Amino acid sequence: MATVLDSKVPSGPLGEKWEKHKFESKLVNPANRRKFSVIVVGTGLAGASAAASLGDMGYKVKAFCFQDSPRRAHSIAAQGGINAAKNYRNDGDSTYRLFYDTIKGGDYRAREANVHRLAEVSTNIIDQCVAQGVPFAREYGGLLDNRSFGGAQVSRTFYARGQTGQQLLLGAYSALSRQIHLKNVEMHTRTEMLDVVVIGGRARGIITRNLVTGAVERHVADAVLLCTGGYGNVFFLSTNAQGCNVTATWRAHRRGAFFANPCYTQIHPTCIPVHGEDQSKLTLMSESLRNDGRVWVPKAKGDKRRAEDIPEAERDYFLERKYPAFGNLVPRDIASRNAKEVCDEGRGVGDGQAVYLDFAASIQRVGEDVIRDRYGNLFDMYAKITAENPYKTPMQIYPAVHYTMGGLWVDYNLQSTIPGLFVLGEANFSDHGANRLGASALMQGLADGYFVIPYTLGNYLGGTKLDPVDANAPEFGATENEVNERVNKLLSIKGNKTPLAFHKELGKIMWNECGMARNKAGLESALKRIPELREEFWNNVKVSGEAGEFNQQLERAGRVADFLEFGELFAKDALIREESCGGHFREEHQTEEGEAKRDDDNFAHVAAYEWTGSNGAQTRHVEQLVFENVKLTQRSYK
Amino acid sequence: MATMTTTNGHAANGHAANGHSKGKMLNLTLQVWRQKNATAKGRMEEYKLKGVSTEMSFLEMLDMLNEQLIKEGKDPVAFDHDCREGICGMCGAMVNGYAHGPDEATTLCQTHMRSFSDGETITIEPWRAKAFPVIKDLAVDRTSFERIIQAGGYVSIGTGGAPDGNSIPIPKEAADKAMDAAQCIGCGACVAACPNASAMLFTSAKISHLAHLPQGQVERRERAANMIRAMDELGFGNCTNHGECEAVCPKEIKMENIALMNREYFGALV
Repeated sequence: MATVLDSKVPSGPLGEKWEKHKFESKLVNPANRRKFSVIVVGTGLAGASAAASLGDMGYKVKAFCFQDSPRRAHSIAAQGGINAAKNYRNDGDSTYRLFYDTIKGGDYRAREANVHRLAEVSTNIIDQCVAQGVPFAREYGGLLDNRSFGGAQVSRTFYARGQTGQQLLLGAYSALSRQIHLKNVEMHTRTEMLDVVVIGGRARGIITRNLVTGAVERHVADAVLLCTGGYGNVFFLSTNAQGCNVTATWRAHRRGAFFANPCYTQIHPTCIPVHGEDQSKLTLMSESLRNDGRVWVPKAKGDKRRAEDIPEAERDYFLERKYPAFGNLVPRDIASRNAKEVCDEGRGVGDGQAVYLDFAASIQRVGEDVIRDRYGNLFDMYAKITAENPYKTPMQIYPAVHYTMGGLWVDYNLQSTIPGLFVLGEANFSDHGANRLGASALMQGLADGYFVIPYTLGNYLGGTKLDPVDANAPEFGATENEVNERVNKLLSIKGNKTPLAFHKELGKIMWNECGMARNKAGLESALKRIPELREEFWNNVKVSGEAGEFNQQLERAGRVADFLEFGELFAKDALIREESCGGHFREEHQTEEGEAKRDDDNFAHVAAYEWTGSNGAQTRHVEQLVFENVKLTQRSYK
Repeated sequence: MATMTTTNGHAANGHAANGHSKGKMLNLTLQVWRQKNATAKGRMEEYKLKGVSTEMSFLEMLDMLNEQLIKEGKDPVAFDHDCREGICGMCGAMVNGYAHGPDEATTLCQTHMRSFSDGETITIEPWRAKAFPVIKDLAVDRTSFERIIQAGGYVSIGTGGAPDGNSIPIPKEAADKAMDAAQCIGCGACVAACPNASAMLFTSAKISHLAHLPQGQVERRERAANMIRAMDELGFGNCTNHGECEAVCPKEIKMENIALMNREYFGALV
């Protein structure tokens, strides 16, 4: 079946592919662009940068977000920074090194050509953002400052205090706002996409629901861009925003877009531990803290003394001990698994599900003011949530679901298996393999939106004869009917259990069976229980209110319904992938030291699932990953 | 790492091991503004809520209330929220008369129930301003903020062609001041707290952010004039130096930005 998936990677040497491809791509002349309409769903870094760039080029753009403003998309919450191969530090960075680190960090499960392109355009992103007025941190000489992130031995991360995502998104949002003002972009806030309309095998529009009035509407376009983020909320508790969901990508999957590597999830090592059953989300503490914070637990099991009372000789700085070359800055998957391991051994602190992140040594070395300058807002956030002062006592942290590397399958042009449907940012699968390095999500979102899609969309629109379509096409009517039927069905069940309760139950199954460590028996159990829970949902969910009003229960119910289908595919993919790689850790496949053990002979491929009419019966296709430049080795950070 | 065998370690998932929450438990009386839609007449309604953990965030307390209301067959309270980590700016309500509640420099989602005491009555109302009409209950329409930004809150450049990021050195102090202002999350608390429902703190934060940077110089005068004109046309009031905005701002945006904005505006007039 491998022939189905053509990655369309250009031929030629790695470093020349993108230049060559840009030159060979079809163009749309500036005067003709206004004849093409483009829909952009989602306004995070990928969506806002794409909508702004395409509007600026002259395309007729409609952008959609479910929040009340495009500025609120969850890219805003990214804290630590954005990578770029500027080599401003003179410390040995280069495009090739960023490419290499990203491929290795992803445990050799990403497509070489996409990753190299990402590294190439990374430097343009910084320039673009500076020109927009993004207030990156500066040194006293006025030049841009950098910090280090996990999985790299160079300092290439640009940052704006602990709010880098906010500042980058506000930059993209300001560019988008300008295009809205110029009437190049028509912005639809508080509007959720509920389906893709496919006509003649091509994506030609979407069906949306106005979240204020409940009106279900049709929108026609020549191309549709999904920039709708990841599916981490399938775990219920995650660092994602409450509204993050899989609906847009899942509905597209059901219309023919293949879903790739759904089991690849990033569990971030440094999050504030869980406090209770009524908790609604987990809060990340930026990876950048590992520049100055040291991770440790007591050497002895069950040591209940306060951190300050445990002498140096009785502490185990386990990351520094086991990975001396990278120390506290090992990649996220490794840091998370090690934290879990010491807690499983009974050496966890607090309630047993936490490790210390300790700044005492750094505060002694550089002073409290410098630490405040670097991480002040993160320390404040920690203090607000836990009522403890991290300047005085070490933070307690534990891993939590943070990012999803899987997503809709796309080719080199970011086009899905539905022609005319493009997928950008976290919503696609393409650049991070089985584990994403810190500060690379912002880079990918903006790379896709500012510097990739303007070329590859032009290539599609300039090279395709599109039939004229309007909103009265029967496909629009049929899809709209399906959306309405689903909404009405959700409201008509009138059962006994709220959408939130179902979401929590699904989250527990996912975390216990598909979380940081997975095994065959657990995954099989998940594959049995998820369909049962879904069945119960469709018979017993209680959704209050009406269709034609502002109804947040209905919004959640629709999203949970899609997670209940998606979770099954997730578990299925994790079961079939009989190896460990990056964030996907199968207990059956580990080295003697307990590190992830890949099986390159059988699994050096992307698994992409095709909807075949019913959930759980998807066909698994394979895109073989070809490594022409990087030698596959056991990842070592020792 | 020793061989891993247990499945995901923590009991029941990172959901608390014992099935209920840590912290002390509070019993509360809530007075909540209920309004069916933009045109309906609203009113306060009272609800009793028991067993609220002091570890919960304010919005988790509202989640709990809504689960209870749904079980009782009542309409849950609509409220805006998304990131729940104090950065998206989506949440916000007047709590006991204060925008975002009692804690300083804290959004509603980051306000925790440990700030309240057992037996307390808490009043919860939406932002109230002519330019922020109520959509339902606690959710308001802040599209007017979008219009202010669209009027000029940007550097007018397209994508591509930007010079190297280090080509214009920016003094650290200027970059820091720009960042101080740029931290605004656009939540609208400043408007809600102001007796004049003025949007001057919000507007000045964006003007100030860009005025501190070399990239913002080219359009600084027109930017101030255009954004202030939009602010006035949208029905926001003027600043009469009450300082309520600064007092409630979750991101500690300072009123000195308003002074700077006024100077920019006068600069635009001459």
